[in-house]
Amino acid sequence: MNLLLSLWTEYRELIVLTVEIIAVMLAVVISVALMTYAERKVIGWIQVRHGPNQIRIFGLPFFKGLAQPFADVIKLLLKEVIVPTNADKFLFLIAPLVALTPALATWAVVPFSPEFVLADIDAGLLYILALTSLGVYGIILAGWAANSKYALLGAMRSAAQIVAYEIAMGFALVGVLMAAGSLNLTDIVRAQSHGYAAYGWPWQAAGFLTWNWFWLFPLMVVYFISGIAETNRAPFDVAEGESEIVAGFHVEYSGATFATLFALPEYANMILVATLASVFFMGGWQSPFDGYLAPTSLLAEPSFMWLALKILAFLFCFLWFRATFPRYRYDQIMRLGWKVFIPITLVWIAVESAMAWFRVGPWASLG
Amino acid sequence: MFVTLLFYAFATVLVGAALGVVLSRNPVHAALFLVLAFFTSAALWLLLEAEFLGIVLVLVYVGAVMVLFLFVVMMLDVNVAQLREGLTRHAPLGALVAGIMIVEIVYVVWVRELGGTLGPMPAASVASVSNTKALGAVLYTDYALPFQLAAVVLLVAIVAAIVLTMRKRPGYRQQDIAAQVAVRREDRVRIVKVDPAGRP
Repeated sequence: MNLLLSLWTEYRELIVLTVEIIAVMLAVVISVALMTYAERKVIGWIQVRHGPNQIRIFGLPFFKGLAQPFADVIKLLLKEVIVPTNADKFLFLIAPLVALTPALATWAVVPFSPEFVLADIDAGLLYILALTSLGVYGIILAGWAANSKYALLGAMRSAAQIVAYEIAMGFALVGVLMAAGSLNLTDIVRAQSHGYAAYGWPWQAAGFLTWNWFWLFPLMVVYFISGIAETNRAPFDVAEGESEIVAGFHVEYSGATFATLFALPEYANMILVATLASVFFMGGWQSPFDGYLAPTSLLAEPSFMWLALKILAFLFCFLWFRATFPRYRYDQIMRLGWKVFIPITLVWIAVESAMAWFRVGPWASLG
Repeated sequence: MFVTLLFYAFATVLVGAALGVVLSRNPVHAALFLVLAFFTSAALWLLLEAEFLGIVLVLVYVGAVMVLFLFVVMMLDVNVAQLREGLTRHAPLGALVAGIMIVEIVYVVWVRELGGTLGPMPAASVASVSNTKALGAVLYTDYALPFQLAAVVLLVAIVAAIVLTMRKRPGYRQQDIAAQVAVRREDRVRIVKVDPAGRP
């Protein structure tokens, strides 16, 4: 007992941080499971069918189908992992882990609420850009190591696509850091609450009009669409392209390797892009009623609830797009990334510089 | 203590990865070892509290340059036997280059014993000063012009690379995307009234 107590006092910070990291990771993994359920359910409703509605939690009579993702996980974990004969065995097995690690590590700098962020580092935005650019290695390795032409084609498509959209994404974030004047994610959220005190009612409050989405709207659109392309989601899912290249980079994977290569990183990255879009453009954990209601009321207080609501709204868009848009043609994906998005972001960065120079909008408070 | 341990761990991985780049037979494995080497050196920079440079190293070299490297290497069908043909012929030159580099490294490491003096160790950075902010302040004030000049040089290189690949080939056909996007329903679809009973 004494030993435990002394360990606790000595390594308190380390233990607390480890517990926090495990909690965030568990939350992400459970969100991924629920996200797969939500995807099948929402797309089912959009296509006028039911979606999963059979498997219940311990046979309880409500929430039918909610246990479907957990049943899927058990099924995938129990299946045999098949390694193709001429595959590069080591790379084939390590590729899922390479895909998974950056997808989970990026969550370290996400500010969940005014008080809670795992690592409040100054170069947070750069850290996110660096780690999201690593995610492509899992896909490339999986495609190459499988020694299958469909897998290789999928990996090639994915690599070209991710490199193309990373540039547009980076430029969109340049606009964000110009508005915030900082690379720290908590500072970026706080900077979005600069009010228009000079303009009087109804502008006196911080409210949702000072969030970046209003002044950086083109950048938000570019960021979110680039995020969809970076996560290889419909309508940009040519890396899978089941109608042309069977299932692309993960065609040879089965069982647990399939789950960790495909399902976990893809959905974790989706949730991450939705979270970052909320943090960068929608005010993160800030309340839209801030400044209009009494500051002590629950609705005006900044809290994780607001971040969660914004994330859910963005995630719904992911599912909505998948259900409504047909897959892009490959050359048009490249055209959109290089010839449409990059010029849009460059123009808007120039417009933003002009706004900051003439002290328009959120820069008015700089005097 | 902990930092020293980390340093030796990273340094071992870095040297191992660098050896792997040179020694592995498979070019894809070599490229992946290079990725590991970049990543580990970024970790070493983080240990030196140069977090901006470390993260940028990962972002630029690991995230972009090496992806394209891998992309190209995977498409190549490298014949290892053909590559090894000239090995004995080029070995003396390679040995000479390696020898010069070893001498240089040894000279730098043992510079004090050879009569030179090392500069003073830089003071540990203050926690309140942001690495990123300090770099930005220097880059955009004292070195604003050289910085922009470097950017222009890079831009010229990009434009040159694109221009080099643009050549007119006979029989080359191109899509007019604007025309494709501007197509309306009336251009493509013709509604024909057909009497189901088959009367003319």
